[in-house]
Amino acid sequence: MINYIWGGLMLLSLVTAFFTGRLEAVSNAAARGASEAVTLSLSLLGVVCFWTGMMNVARESGLVAVFARAVRPLTKLLFPRLPRDSEALDAIVMNIAANVLGMSNAATPFGLKAMRALNKRGGGSATASHEMCMFAVLNSASLQLVPTTVIALRQGARHPFEIIIPVWIVSAVSVAVGAAAAKLFAAASER
Amino acid sequence: MEFISAAIIPLMLVLIIGMGAIKKVGVFDCFIGGARDGLETAVRILPSLIALLTAITMFQASGALDFIVSALAPPLALIGFPKEAAPLALMRPVSGSGALAIVKDLLTRYGADSWIGRTASVMMGSTETTFYTLAVYFGCVHIKDTRYTVKAALLADLSGMLASVYVVKLFFY
Repeated sequence: MINYIWGGLMLLSLVTAFFTGRLEAVSNAAARGASEAVTLSLSLLGVVCFWTGMMNVARESGLVAVFARAVRPLTKLLFPRLPRDSEALDAIVMNIAANVLGMSNAATPFGLKAMRALNKRGGGSATASHEMCMFAVLNSASLQLVPTTVIALRQGARHPFEIIIPVWIVSAVSVAVGAAAAKLFAAASER
Repeated sequence: MEFISAAIIPLMLVLIIGMGAIKKVGVFDCFIGGARDGLETAVRILPSLIALLTAITMFQASGALDFIVSALAPPLALIGFPKEAAPLALMRPVSGSGALAIVKDLLTRYGADSWIGRTASVMMGSTETTFYTLAVYFGCVHIKDTRYTVKAALLADLSGMLASVYVVKLFFY
């Protein structure tokens, strides 16, 4: 899909530029955009690395395990059919805890492990189980406590961190809507 | 409220370092290891960031972005959604680098302390790259039929986009 979007953006820009007489501006924009990408990633680098560093300290000192314990009761509600000590549920809990701490490098392996375990329970079917759908919906929403990239982008703001409470509220709304929708669709498909 | 916002981050840092010290973790070495992961991630996303920031800058310079934004303006005005943030809402589920490029553009043009800047920041921070995540997760177990997952995930995104607008309004204005 990204191939179509990127190609479409480029082609549409050039066609529009032809009609609006801005061909030169678009050529300049190409060069400017490309070099801005490099400056942008350099300017984000420090703050992002700072947080991945801090979160690694958090993981090594067992903070992920603390979060995992807090998350577990919630997963009972979302995955009522999974046994308490199943491999799948353990991986799901660790994945969510790592996501909350913004450690996507650690969250993805747990997430894939959970998907494989869920797939094994479903006998390797090509159709997703309700648990897989719910888990994928949770992962496609943001659970991250510190939105590091955005904060890095906001370095020029008076209070770069002021968005953090709104981000928590909105994330909670979005996750709740996603989980509720998944539950409702699951119930509807069983009827 | 402002005090709480300002206190969250220092509190988290104290908690993390304090807990590391209690558990006798080599905090400096751990930090370095984690920061190196961040460096790798940044380098890994650079090519796609170059591709997408270039395309979006061209799209804006050609005037095409203005056409789309003004076409979307009337229906969005009805629900109080800032039309400038509409491209971000469309890009966010599809491409993380693309969304990042748009947020950067909005923050430069309108300022991080503006209504649009704050709304874009909250949108970016509270949602994820839905389609990428779904492709990775279902792809690894060869699921063909994802049933209602896309519908539910996009509903979550939509509610996040709308909630960003209203929560920012309530919180800051």
